[in-house]
Amino acid sequence: MPMLHTVNKSPFERRTLDTALRHAVKGSGVLLIEDAVYAAFEGTVVAEKVRAALGDLKIYVLGPDIAARGMSEKQVIDGLEVVDYGGFVDLVTEYDKVQSWL
Amino acid sequence: MSEPWEDDELDGPVRKFMYVNRRAPYGTIYALESLEVVLIAAAFEQDVSLVFMDDGVYQIKKGQNTEAIGVKNFSPTYRALEGYDVEKLYVEKESLESRGLTADDLVVPVQVVDRNQLAELMEEQEVILSF
Repeated sequence: MPMLHTVNKSPFERRTLDTALRHAVKGSGVLLIEDAVYAAFEGTVVAEKVRAALGDLKIYVLGPDIAARGMSEKQVIDGLEVVDYGGFVDLVTEYDKVQSWL
Repeated sequence: MSEPWEDDELDGPVRKFMYVNRRAPYGTIYALESLEVVLIAAAFEQDVSLVFMDDGVYQIKKGQNTEAIGVKNFSPTYRALEGYDVEKLYVEKESLESRGLTADDLVVPVQVVDRNQLAELMEEQEVILSF
């Protein structure tokens, strides 16, 4: 498996998600954690961009960070996969390497 | 000799303080720090307004449950602000809309104002602190 990219900054405040998506090659994984989970929901101005990226990339989002922020897993964009901490560990082992975009 | 802040008779000037919250909670310490400072100003009986704009609107999102991330959920504290006579809470309309949120998603009653109204409110203040 290629690379897993983790993103932890809000897509409304920083360009980190854009940068990660631009540098992720087809077949890579992108895991949204901390404030980056705000990118995962329907009805926002970044939703279309995330949906478009699903063609080439697998996108995951960390459930505990969604709950902490009072956001709903039901509102997560179709095609994204919600994972828990155990799932986070599994992803790190499944992909060849991890790049953390800070 | 008592300190000024211990003096019940203290009758200093009341200023218009505005706290502008622009960061999401938990990812950084800004939201929590702002809340602490707001409570201090309220204790000094100042004329306090709070603004939630940009990612700051997420600070007062309903339903926060931080159990799994091991961090204190401080969102209930916003509901206690009323008890400190902090009742002017403004939320920028455009910030809510771009995040797919409405006033119903928030833990406290707020006044939703648009960008221009907010700019005018800012002009009326004597002190503005941005977090």
